[in-house]
Parts: sequence; C-alpha cells; structure tokens
Amino acid sequence: MGRYVARRLLQMIPVFLGTTFLVFMMVYSLPGDPIKAMFGDHAADPATVAHLKHQYHLDMPWWQHYPLYVWQLLHGDLGQTFGGVDVSQVLSQAFPVTIRLALLAFVIEIVVGLGLGLLAGLRRGKVADKLVLVFTLLVISVPVFVIGYICSTVFGITLAWTTPTVQDSNNLGQLLLPAFVLASLSLAYVARLTRTSLVENVRADYMRTAMAKGLPRRRIIVNHLLRNSLIPVVTFLGTDLGALMGGAIVTEGIFNVQGVGNALYRAIRASEGPTVVGIVSVLVIVYLISSLLVDLLYAVLDPRIRYA
Amino acid sequence: MTTIEKTNPAGNPAAADTAPLLEVRDLHVEFVTREGVAQAVNGVNYSVSAGETLAVLGESGSGKSVTAQTIMGILDMPPGRIAKGEILYRGEDMLKMSTEQRRRIRGQKIAMIFQDALSSLNPVLTVGYQLGEMFRVHQGMSKKDARAKAVELMDRVRIPAAKERVDQYPHQFSGGMRQRIMIAMALALEPDLIIADEPTTALDVTVQAQVMDLLAELQREYHMGLILITHDLGVVADVADKIAVMYAGRIVETAPVHQLYKNPAHPYTKGLLQSIPRLDQKGQELYAIKGLPPNLLRIPSGCAFNPRCEMAQDVCRTDVPALHRVTDADGAELVGRGSACHFWKETLRG
Repeated sequence: MGRYVARRLLQMIPVFLGTTFLVFMMVYSLPGDPIKAMFGDHAADPATVAHLKHQYHLDMPWWQHYPLYVWQLLHGDLGQTFGGVDVSQVLSQAFPVTIRLALLAFVIEIVVGLGLGLLAGLRRGKVADKLVLVFTLLVISVPVFVIGYICSTVFGITLAWTTPTVQDSNNLGQLLLPAFVLASLSLAYVARLTRTSLVENVRADYMRTAMAKGLPRRRIIVNHLLRNSLIPVVTFLGTDLGALMGGAIVTEGIFNVQGVGNALYRAIRASEGPTVVGIVSVLVIVYLISSLLVDLLYAVLDPRIRYA
Repeated sequence: MTTIEKTNPAGNPAAADTAPLLEVRDLHVEFVTREGVAQAVNGVNYSVSAGETLAVLGESGSGKSVTAQTIMGILDMPPGRIAKGEILYRGEDMLKMSTEQRRRIRGQKIAMIFQDALSSLNPVLTVGYQLGEMFRVHQGMSKKDARAKAVELMDRVRIPAAKERVDQYPHQFSGGMRQRIMIAMALALEPDLIIADEPTTALDVTVQAQVMDLLAELQREYHMGLILITHDLGVVADVADKIAVMYAGRIVETAPVHQLYKNPAHPYTKGLLQSIPRLDQKGQELYAIKGLPPNLLRIPSGCAFNPRCEMAQDVCRTDVPALHRVTDADGAELVGRGSACHFWKETLRG
C-alpha cells in the first residue's frame, strides 16, 4: 500500500509537468499582445511596453521562460497578474468560495442523486423508477447554462425565493441555487449509476444466499446489497468532487460567484498568461490528489482490490 | 433486533423419523416470460424425514432447482409463480405462512447450500461476518460472541487455522474451502433440513469427494434431513437413501437408491444410467439419450419424454402417465418405488 502511494505520488511529477507545459504553451501561443491590449486605444509607450514585457518575462523565448516559471512555482511563487496582484492572492480569495460551492453541490449530489437512484433501483419498473429515469434523462440532455438561467429566473425573479445572482459569495443561502445547478448533471449520473448498480446486484447469487439465510429485508438491502452496489457510485463521487473543486466557469458566470472558475475565465479573457497557468497548475494538483484518494478508497471498499 | 424463539436442540429424532419433515405436494411453478408461460414444475411430490437423504436427479431445466428455491421461499416472484400445491414443513403449509414466519424458518430450520460458493458468498464481507450474521440475526448474539461462533463453525467443517482466517474475504479461500464455509453457514443454527443444490458441481473431483463426505458426516451427526440436488449420478450413489428423478418439471421415477441403479423402471432413468462412462466399455462409443430436453414453453403432450423415448407408443403421446406403484414379478409392492411410465413393467423387466 505504502509503495503504491509512493509510486502514484511519483507519477504525479510527469503529469504535473506535462499539463502545466501544455497550458503554458497554449496561453503563450494565443494571438494578440496582452501588454499592448492593456493600453486600449491609447498609443503604447515603447519604453513602458519593453519594461512590462521584461517584468513578466514576455521577452524571453518559451524554452527559457517555462523552466523559469516551474522554478518559481517550486518555490511557491505563482507569479503576478498584470494588475500587479500575486496570483496566490487571487487564488486564496477565490478558492474558499469554490470549495464552499463545491461541497454544497457535492452534498446535494449525494443526497438527491443517491436518493433517486435508490428509489428507482429498489422499485424497478414501477412508476417511481420511470419518473426518475425521465427526470435524469432531461437533466442530462439540457445544457447547464439553460438550466442555470431557468433556475435563476424562476427561483430568483418569479418566485423570488432567493437572489437571482449571488451578492455575497460567503452566504450559503445564496449559494444554494448555484450549487443545485452545478450538482444537477452529476446528480443525474449518480442516480442512474446507483440504479443500474442496484439492479445488477439484486440478481447476484450472494443476494440469494442472504435471503436463504433468513435475514430481514432491511439487513439484506443495507448490509449486502448497498455495500456492493455503492462501490462504483462512491468511485464516481470521488472523481466528481475533484472536478467540482476545479470550479465551474458556466455556473459561476451565471450566478456571479467569485470562485476559481470566474477568476480563470477573467484571466483567459484578458490573456493573463501567468494567472491562467497558476490557477490551472493548482487545479491539476487538486485533481491528481483527489483521484489518488479515490483509488485508495476503492481498495478500502472492495477487498478484492489490493494495491502493491 | 428481532427476538427469536429458542432453536430446538437437535434432539427428538424419534418423533420426526416417522412423520416427514418436509413434504411437497402437487407443486406447480411457472415462469411468465415474454414468449409465454414456462411450466418449470408440474406437480412434484416428494418428502424427506429427519436423518434421510433424498437425491433429486435431473438435467438442467428439469425443475429440480426451482422446486428447491420454492421450498426455501427464495424464488424470484415475478417472473416465478406458484400455480398450485402445498409445501408442508412439520405438517404446516409454508405457502400459507406470513413472510415473517417463513423468514424465521429460512436459515434456522431449513438451510440451503448453493452450487457456486464464490458468487454465493458476499465478496465484500469477511467470512466471519457472514457466518456470524446467522447468530446475530436469529439469536440476537453480540458481534464478539458471533465471531467466536464463526471460528467454531469453521473448525467444525475442518478449515485449517480458522482463528486466523475468520477475518479473511471469500476470494482468499480455495474453492473447496469456500464450499465448506457455505456448509458451515447452512449448519450454523443446526437446521432440521438442508437443501444442497449441486454442492460439488463447481469443485475439482478430489475435492468433490471430501466435501460430499463432510456433508454426509455432518448430516448423520445432527440427524438432519438432506435434499441433494444433482445431475451427477456418481455423487448420489454413496450418500442418498432414495432418489427422485425429474424430467420436464415432473418426477418420473422414485426409488431407494440401490434399486434404482440395479433395476430402473423408467426409460429416462435407464438412459441416464447407460450414459455413465464405464471402465469395461473402454473404446466403445458412450451412450447418449437422443434428442434434447423439451422446451418448457411447449412441453410435449402425453409423457414429456415420449419424443426421446425408444419405447414410445401412441398412448405415450396422448396420456400423461401417473406415478405408478412399482411391484416385483410376483406382484408384491416395492416400497418407495414409483414410475411415471405407461410401460414401467416392460422397462423394469426388459
């Protein structure tokens, strides 16, 4: 187990270098000159431009700039935005908001997704099952921005249960609606995955044994059926938590949530290379660690899987 | 947790010996499928007493497993459906009992052993947990005591190093050891009756004999009734007291085990016996009953075996044969023998 974890951690190094390099190259090969763009319609002073270019190492060729960037990254320096703010500071403001939103969405996903999945799986072929299938199909087919705007309009304006956009990103009540929208797609997947897994396992031989043992129905379902059926669901949830932590550009945009997704979007719009690469680097690490945790969790849930 | 009446000590066999422990009467089970209704069991009758071993013999699809599952109350319904019949446990019809009553009989009074122990054991729970569960659920035992009982049971079925292995998972055991765990689980609450559905089919031949011996030994020790479901004539010979041969959901022949081998009274049984490979027939082609088992959606009229039977006459195609009492040449009844063949006399003596 220890060796496995060590190996996985070592594997993260090339993955991390690869992804940051790709993002770095993509950002720097974007057309347009971000420094000149800062001047807008005004004529740019060549001396200032040269100074800024030097300050942000934009005068270096990429094969010098990228190693320098990684070197700084290793020393905890994520660079500065063109506005002169440390990228780490941008992140430290945006990340807590994203974490709150992600956790809220995650809880909704588990409660509602699992709930619907159990309902459908345990009453296969009944009305409840069919309703869940139709509902989840609908959610999966409609794009998030449509669901987002509909929810914002219906619950924020027509019914006025909450604010149409988030005024205060620290207010959990206001985050509830965007969290729901963010969770909607995964929720549908979780419900369907749970249902399928339950239906598969209900017919398993060990379920017949559990019945032949004279166990009460509740115990058969909870201790035998669910314990097996939830293995793939938990794996999906784990991976999804990693994805949720990466922020949600669309949902955060619709609801004006000042999270990582929004910060990243603005940085991309302004061609702020250092900010984009900085944020993405952190997201890559978050994702890598969360997928490692999922794999370890998988081994805990299913004793047949042992990592060596 | 549920409170459960004290289990009977494996005692008072004297009373049980005479009255059958379990009696199946005219049982009909069907499956509703998209193509129609499949008649899986068509009027099965058999009984088992304490200490007795009944072997139910038949090909796949003959209804032997479905009958067993119906007795256990673990048949999938739907698509399964009990159309008719009674299953008497100590004289009481189990099909009329409440779900709760039936649940308490399962595992406690009647236990079952399945064919494939690997898939029949829960892969994510330790064997100790799965064994201990019997005591925890039916006797309200504490987790710790149940675990101790599990170790005891594993010793009973001679699993080496039971203390160390009790916390292992099913996949960490060999096939034979897994089947021993299944046996231990069935044995846990010292039931009156064990139904073993092809308990050795998934095992190596050498292990088969060990498992079978263990099962027979434990049965004697606890004086249990045993229904042994198999398609393997070799397994049956040593352990069974009587045999019921099934074909297309019906019992075609019943007999005490040695009489059946010596002198079958049904052409199907005869065919089965002829198709056993024998050492003295080396080099000759192995006999096989011609044709295929019938489609349960369209069971042939008359005797279901008639399209494959070498002796079939017109009457076989029209009249369903009853289970005739079999008599010897002098007309004396042979106890426990029955044959559902219009021409049982010819078969027996021919």
